[in-house]
Amino acid sequence: MEHRETGGLRRVLREVGYSLRGFLGTFGAGQLFLLRILADLPYALARPRLVIRQVYVAGVQSLVVIMLAGLFVGMVLALQGYNTLSRFGAEDTIGMVAALGLVRELGPVVTALLFAGRAGTALSSEIGLMKATDQLAGMEMMAVDPIKRVVAPRFLGGVIAVPILTLIFSAMGIFGAWLEAVVILGVDEGAFWGQMQAQVDLREDVMSGVIKSVFFGVAASLLAVFEGYNCVPTAEGVGRATTRAVVHTSLTVLVLNFMLTAWLLGGN
Amino acid sequence: MQQTRAVELGTGLFVFMGILALFFLTTRVTTFDAYAGDQGYELQARFDQVGTLKVRSPVSISGVQIGRVTAIEFDSERLEAVVTMRIGAEYDQIPNDSDASILTAGILGGQYIGLQPGGAEEYFADGDEILFTQSAVVLEQLISKYLFSQAGGDE
Repeated sequence: MEHRETGGLRRVLREVGYSLRGFLGTFGAGQLFLLRILADLPYALARPRLVIRQVYVAGVQSLVVIMLAGLFVGMVLALQGYNTLSRFGAEDTIGMVAALGLVRELGPVVTALLFAGRAGTALSSEIGLMKATDQLAGMEMMAVDPIKRVVAPRFLGGVIAVPILTLIFSAMGIFGAWLEAVVILGVDEGAFWGQMQAQVDLREDVMSGVIKSVFFGVAASLLAVFEGYNCVPTAEGVGRATTRAVVHTSLTVLVLNFMLTAWLLGGN
Repeated sequence: MQQTRAVELGTGLFVFMGILALFFLTTRVTTFDAYAGDQGYELQARFDQVGTLKVRSPVSISGVQIGRVTAIEFDSERLEAVVTMRIGAEYDQIPNDSDASILTAGILGGQYIGLQPGGAEEYFADGDEILFTQSAVVLEQLISKYLFSQAGGDE
C-alpha cells in the first residue's frame, strides 16, 4: 500500500519534471529561433515586397475583424460605464473611463488576442503546411534558407501590423463609446471629450499602449511562426501547431500584459 | 502584376489608417482642440478658486447650457484665476450685472459655471467681464469652517 503511494507520487513528480523540462526546452528553442530570425531580418528588409505582402496578409486582412471588435468593445464599455457611473451622477466621466480602458489595456490586449486568432493561425498553418508538403525542404535543396525567405518576412509583417491594428482598434473603440454615450444615451458631448482630454495623457497612456502592442506583436508573430516551423509535418501535426499557436499566444499575451503594466506603471 | 499593385495599395492604405488613428488619439483624446468657427461671443470672469473646472466645461443659465469654458488662466498680477467662456450667439440678452458661480454637477461629476441673471437693462457684449463672481466651494475649507465654528460654540 505504502509502496503504491510512493510510486504514485513519484509518477506525478516525474510528469511535472517532464513538463517543466519540455517547457524550458521549448522556451529556449523559441529564444534561439528569435535570434535566428533577427539575424535574418536584414535579408527580409532588403526585399520589402515580401514584407509588404505579409503586412497586407496580417494587417489588412484582419482590419474588418479589428474594427468591428473595437467598435463594439467601445460601445459596451460606454454602456457599462454609463450604467455604473450614472448611479453616482458621474456619467460625464464616461469618455475618460472608456478612453483609458481602451488605450491602456483593452486595445493592445484584445488586438493581440484577435490577431492570434485571425492572422497567427493562418501563419502557423501556412508554414506548417509548407513543411508537411516538403516545400521548406525543397527550398533548402535549392540553397534558399526558409527562415530568410519564409519565416523572417512573416514575422516582420506581424510585428509591423499589430501596433497599427492596435491604434485602429483604440480609435474605433473611442468612436464606439462616443456613439453609445453621446448619440444613444445622451451624455453631454463637451463633457465626454473634455473629461477625456483632461485625464488621458499622451505619453503615459497612449504611448504605454503602443509600447505594449509592440511587445505583443513580437510575441504573437514569433509564436505563430515558431509553432508552424516546428510542427510535426502531418495533417494532425499542422492542426495541433495551429491550436498551440493560439493557446500559447493568448496566455503569453495575458502574462506579458501583467508584467508590462507593472513595469510601465512602476516607471511613472 | 495587378495583384501586387492591389497588395501595395492595401498596405499603404492600412498604414495610412494607422497614422490617422494615431493622429485621432493624440489630438482628439489627449489634448484639447479649440472649437473652430464657433459663433457667439466671449466673456471673462475672475475667481479666487476655480476648483476642478475644466476647459470645455458647460456654462448654463437656469440649467440650460448656453456656452462653454474656452480657457482658464492664472493672472499672476492680481493672483486670480481668469476664466474665458464662449456664449452662443443666440443668448445675447444677458443683463450685464449677472453673476457667475462655479457649481458642481454631481458627486464625482465635473464643475460648471452657472449664470444668475441680474436686473440691468444693458446686455453683455463680446469681451466683457462678469464682475460678480462666486468661487467654487472647496470641501476641505467647508469642513474646516464647520469644525472651527463648532469648536468656537463649545467655549
